[in-house]
Amino acid sequence: MAEIVLDAVTKRFPDGALAVSEVDVAIDDGEFVILVGPSGCGKSTTLNMIAGLEDITSGELRIGGERVNERAPKDRDIAMVFQSYALYPHMTVRENMAFPLKLSKVDRATIAAKVDEAATVLDLTQHLDRRPANLSGGQRQRVAMGRAIVRSPSAFLMDEPLSNLDAKLRVQMRTEVSRIQKRLATTTVYVTHDQTEAMTLGDRVVVMRGGVVQQVGAPQHLYDHPANLFVAGFIGSPSMNFMPGTLAEGALQTALGRVSLPDRIRSALESAGAPSEVIVGLRPEHFEDVALVEESKRAAGTTFPAQAEVLESMGSDKYVYFSLSGDRASSTELEELAADAGTAELPSGGNQLTTRLSAASTAAEGEKIDIWFDAAQVQVFDPSSGRNLTA
Amino acid sequence: MTVAAPQRPAAGDARRSEGAKAERRLAAWLCAPAVIVMLAVTAYPIGYAVWLSLLRYDLRFPQEREFVGLSNYLAVLTDGYWWSAFTVTVAVTVVSVAIELALGLGLALIMHRTLFGRGTVRTLVLIPYGMVTVAAAFSWQYAWTPGTGYLANLLPEGSAPLTEQIPALAIVVLAEVWKTTPFMALLLLAGLALVPDDLLRAAQVDGAGPWQRLTRIILPMMKPAILVALLFRTLDAFRIFDNIYVLTRGNNGTASVSILGYDNLFKAFNLGIGSAISITIFICVAIIAFLFVKGFGAAAPGSEPEGRR
Repeated sequence: MAEIVLDAVTKRFPDGALAVSEVDVAIDDGEFVILVGPSGCGKSTTLNMIAGLEDITSGELRIGGERVNERAPKDRDIAMVFQSYALYPHMTVRENMAFPLKLSKVDRATIAAKVDEAATVLDLTQHLDRRPANLSGGQRQRVAMGRAIVRSPSAFLMDEPLSNLDAKLRVQMRTEVSRIQKRLATTTVYVTHDQTEAMTLGDRVVVMRGGVVQQVGAPQHLYDHPANLFVAGFIGSPSMNFMPGTLAEGALQTALGRVSLPDRIRSALESAGAPSEVIVGLRPEHFEDVALVEESKRAAGTTFPAQAEVLESMGSDKYVYFSLSGDRASSTELEELAADAGTAELPSGGNQLTTRLSAASTAAEGEKIDIWFDAAQVQVFDPSSGRNLTA
Repeated sequence: MTVAAPQRPAAGDARRSEGAKAERRLAAWLCAPAVIVMLAVTAYPIGYAVWLSLLRYDLRFPQEREFVGLSNYLAVLTDGYWWSAFTVTVAVTVVSVAIELALGLGLALIMHRTLFGRGTVRTLVLIPYGMVTVAAAFSWQYAWTPGTGYLANLLPEGSAPLTEQIPALAIVVLAEVWKTTPFMALLLLAGLALVPDDLLRAAQVDGAGPWQRLTRIILPMMKPAILVALLFRTLDAFRIFDNIYVLTRGNNGTASVSILGYDNLFKAFNLGIGSAISITIFICVAIIAFLFVKGFGAAAPGSEPEGRR
């Protein structure tokens, strides 16, 4: 049990590349913190620095109040779960889980008791004498978890532990990880590139980009109040719609028509000194079929006609996709996100509007429909700095 | 329909087995050249040697040639020369292979961790292996010859190490180790590459120091590569000939079994006894290979190595 404090922790590789730049995060005792970001954002390097597998170039790392920069991994009292699971193939499941205890010279009886206990928690009792090669992916993953929990370390570090599982198992193991973490109440740092895992698992989420922390906060806070374009585009699935807009006389001119902004947003924009050319962000669930919106609420939003291109009915909701006329919003953050998601080359990439409508909507593919959105939910970003001007 | 239905699979079977027969015939034709060459260059000499070993056949007395059964083997195995040569051979084999394994592992670990000039380091390490054994053996011989040799001059006045059994054998081991450690190191390096980095990182976090990582993770993971390396080197070392031939000619109790066979065949011209010695060496080598493959589970060369993922 310990809190982990990263104080301006920086990693510069010998070739001069800056992998992690001045990360400041204080992780409370028992907290579940997620490091999330696209590949190459420095999240794994940060985790390895906490583990002691990478040297810290500058800054200070404290675990349980003590500086541990110079300590070897084994003296930091941490356990780690690897993406590849890193199980020892020449040992049985039992020996794998007992390995860290054996190394710390725990007596046999205690080892046996702890391994059995962990095996029960993870439902591995009947596999204890098998070798990793004879286990399924999910079982291997559980053995890797077991090897971490037998030691009752002061912190767990997990490096994309679920990304080698198939989709269904991943969801199941996600709740399992969450359950175990709650039960043991051990400080956990979890690295993932999957924003769904980040949203569902963490007490707090740290979004990283190019070695720099973009925002730290509770998942819902990050979703509702993203600090910048990058966080806005990264968190949420399907992701936020972005389009260029022009600010004039308290209203916003966009491809969806003229949006008259509520007072709260207008004053926020004024105090932030918003430029006239901005990027407008709208989440898919803030759109609705106008026929399903109460008359009294319609005036608080904007209604625009559009032709539904593709419709995906999920049963509970309908996802309707439209093409946007005019330019697409452009900024380095958005291009980076598109490149990471692999959508940069798609012909429609970025210039498509995704909306989530109620299942009761009568929208049909190829037909015109009037869509309404809530003006109070509009997020406005500065295109040059990417900063959220409405947060 | 109902009548034809049960016939159909039978017809299919016939067709398939005919196809299989043709395939088998083709396989036999394709293998034939290799089999014939192998028979000519391997099976025939071995068979002829076995036949010679059952004869009394001395080239100095060719007219006394006659079939004597196993009495040549009896003569060899009850003779002091064979057992002294056998002891020398086993001792040289065990000591040199053990030293080569330790040094080779050290070199392999260094080469594996080398960050720069990897290619250069590997080439440099391989130089001794690239040399002709006899040439290298002569340079060792000069080095240890009193008066002319730079190494012999380091010893006290009047000592001639190549003329005494134990020092001479030590020099033989030194020459063997110098020459074949690179080979061992390369085989072990290939084994080291099979140990995933993540495993070592996991062991590090689990609390294993460098020595524990070596003994508990790296060595068990490398076991297949180590066994193959040991098998090759043991078989090689057991047949040691050239180093001893050049350094001591097998004098002063330094003869190996191969030297003994050579002396009987080409110096005494006793084809019967010489062949019996050769066949006995052949059987020893087969036993060593059998022990490695069956006893320690070394992967026989060419078969799928077990224990790898």
